[in-house]
Amino acid sequence: MAARMKNVNKASLNQGVSVTVGTTSFQKKSRSKFVSIPGTRPSVQNGQLIVSTGVTSLDYVIGGGLAVGSLLLIEEDKYDSYSRMLLKYFLAEGVVCGHSLFIASAKDHPDEILKELPAPLLDDVPNTNAEHLQKQGSDPECQDSMKIAWRYQNLPQVQTTLASSTRFGHYFDVSKSMNSEMRQAARCDLFFLPSELPLESPEDISRMNIGYTKLLRSIQGVIHREGFDGACLQNKPRSILRIGIHSLGSALWGDDICYKESPHYAHSLTTFLYSLRALLRGSLSVCMVTVPSHLIQNKAIMSRVTKLCDTVISLESFRGSKRETNPLYKEYHEGLLHVKQIPHLNCLRCEVPDTKDLAFKLKRKQFTIEYFHL
Amino acid sequence: MFPELNSILNTSPDHFPRGEFTLVSDRQADASFLIHHFLSFYLRAGCKVCFLGLVQSFSHYSAVSQRLGVNLAQAKEKGQLVFLEGLKETLSILLRENRSSDTDTLSFLSRSPCTDLRGLFGFVRGCVRGEQGPWGPPVLIVDDLSVMLSLGVSADALLDFSHYCQATVCSELQGNVVMLTRGEDEEGEDDEDLGRLLTGLAHSCHLALRVRGLATGYCKDIHGEVELCWRGGRTSVNFSGLTDHRRVYQYKIQDKGVSFFARGTSSAVL
Repeated sequence: MAARMKNVNKASLNQGVSVTVGTTSFQKKSRSKFVSIPGTRPSVQNGQLIVSTGVTSLDYVIGGGLAVGSLLLIEEDKYDSYSRMLLKYFLAEGVVCGHSLFIASAKDHPDEILKELPAPLLDDVPNTNAEHLQKQGSDPECQDSMKIAWRYQNLPQVQTTLASSTRFGHYFDVSKSMNSEMRQAARCDLFFLPSELPLESPEDISRMNIGYTKLLRSIQGVIHREGFDGACLQNKPRSILRIGIHSLGSALWGDDICYKESPHYAHSLTTFLYSLRALLRGSLSVCMVTVPSHLIQNKAIMSRVTKLCDTVISLESFRGSKRETNPLYKEYHEGLLHVKQIPHLNCLRCEVPDTKDLAFKLKRKQFTIEYFHL
Repeated sequence: MFPELNSILNTSPDHFPRGEFTLVSDRQADASFLIHHFLSFYLRAGCKVCFLGLVQSFSHYSAVSQRLGVNLAQAKEKGQLVFLEGLKETLSILLRENRSSDTDTLSFLSRSPCTDLRGLFGFVRGCVRGEQGPWGPPVLIVDDLSVMLSLGVSADALLDFSHYCQATVCSELQGNVVMLTRGEDEEGEDDEDLGRLLTGLAHSCHLALRVRGLATGYCKDIHGEVELCWRGGRTSVNFSGLTDHRRVYQYKIQDKGVSFFARGTSSAVL
C-alpha cells in the first residue's frame, strides 16, 4: 500500500506540474500556483489556502479547514484521550498528503505518537465501487439500465485511486495503526523536551522559560532549513509543515500555570504563542497545539491564550465530567465539542455556523462530530 | 469604511472632529472589524496614518482593506501610511541571542520586567512629527494594545504610553488616536491588569465603542451589539432632538461592510 501511495503522490505531483504548464488557457493564474501543493485547496469563502485537520467533520465545523499559517488550539478533555486522537488525525493526514511533520512533546516520546497514527482508508472507496459495479454487471436484470456504469468498469483503476488521494481530507481507521513503511516515508522532525534540556538549566532571565525558547528555536530551524519560509528552491516541490505540540503548558514543560493561581512564569506561554504565531504567519506551515486548559488555575491566562490562537476548540468528554451520571447523553455521544473561536483571516467576516451545539462521537473506527440534539 | 457607522458617528472623510482619542474595546465578541473601519476611514480622509499592527500580519490588513476599497501597499509607498509589523519585529527580538542593542522599537520586550515603552513611543513620535508631506493631521491606530499584557508589559506602562501618545498626537498636533483592547471571553474571569488598563483608557477617551456579544446568546444573523459612549462635552443629537451620551446598536458583519441597526430590528427578527 505504501508503494502505491508513493506512486499516487508522484502522479498527483506530475498532474500539478502539467496543470501549471497548461494544456488550456483557461487556467486561473492565482490558482495554478496553489495546485502544486498536495493536500491543500483554496477556501471557498475567502480564497485562503487551507489544509484538512484529518477529521472531515471538524473541517466542516471550522469553516472548511485550517488556513495555512494559522494555529489551532485544542483544549484537552480530562483524560486527554480525544484531544490526543485529534492530534494523531492531524499528523496522519499530513503523512498521507506528503507533508512534513514536526512533533513536540514533553511527556511521551514523539516516536510513540508517531507509531500510534491511525491507518488511512485509502483503497476502500474505489474497491467497493469496483465490486459494486461487478456485481451489478453480472446481474442480468439490471444490465440494460446500468450501461453507463458498464463502460466505466473498463477504465483503469488508477484513475479512481488518484481521485481519492488528491482528495481534500481522508478517512482513517483508528482501530489500526499506520504501517511502518508509510510512516517512514514521511519527513519528520521530533522534539522531545527531556532530551533537549540540560539537567542543570541556567538562571532564566528571559521572558520565556527555557523549554519554550528551545522549542521555538527548533521550529524556526526546521522552517528555515527546509525552506518553508518561501526561500525554497524553484525545482523543489513545495510542501506544508504540520506542527503538532502535545500538552503545552503542562508542568512537564517547566511551566507553573497549572498549579499556581499567580504563577511566576505568567507570560511565558502567551509570549511563546505570540512568537509561534509570528513564525507561522511567515511560512507554509500549520500548527495544532493541545493545552490542558482545565488544569490552568488562572482563567485570565486562558483567555489571553485563546486570543493568541486562531481557531480554538474545546473538548468536554462525558467521562470525568459532571454530566457523566446522566445516561441520556452517554447513549449517543462521547462528549461535547465547543467551537470557541474561529478566525477571520484576510476577510471581515468569519464562518458563521447555524448552531453551536455540537457533540463528538467515537464510532468503531472513526471520530466524528455531529449536531447535538435529542 | 462603513458608511452606516459614519452616519451614526456623524462623520465623513471630509469632515471629522480632530484631537480625539477613540477607545475600541470588546467583550465576548471581536471588535477588530472596527479597526479596519478606522484605518480605511483615515486613509480616505488623507490623514498621515501610523499603524501599530501587533496581532496580524500586513497582508491581512491589506487584504481586508482591499475589500473596503483602500490600497494599503500603495498608501505605504506614497508615505501616507507607516506600518509597524509587530509580529515580525518581536520574533527577531525574542529569539536573538545577544541582547545588546537597545535602539530597536520593540527592544523593551527583551527586558524582564519591562518598565516602559519608550522605544515604541519614539517610533510613534518620529512618525507623526516627521515630514508630513501633503497629508492631513496625523492619526495613530493601535491593534491591539492589550496583547502587550500577554507579552509581560505592565498595565501602568501601557497607560503611560497611551497618555504620551494622546499628549503628542491629540493635544499637540491636533490629530486622532484609535486604540483597540480585547476584553475577557467569559463572565467571572478576573484579569486585574486588563481591568486596570480598560478603566484607565476609558477615563481618558473622548469616544468609547464597546463591542459585546448578545446577552441572549449566539445568533447567526446578529453578531453582537456595540455601545457608543461620548464623554466630556460632546454629545449626539438623537431623533427626538434630545442629546444623549450613550447609544446601543446591534450589528451584522458582511463581506464588504457591516450593517448597524437599532436593537431588535434585525431583518432576521422582523
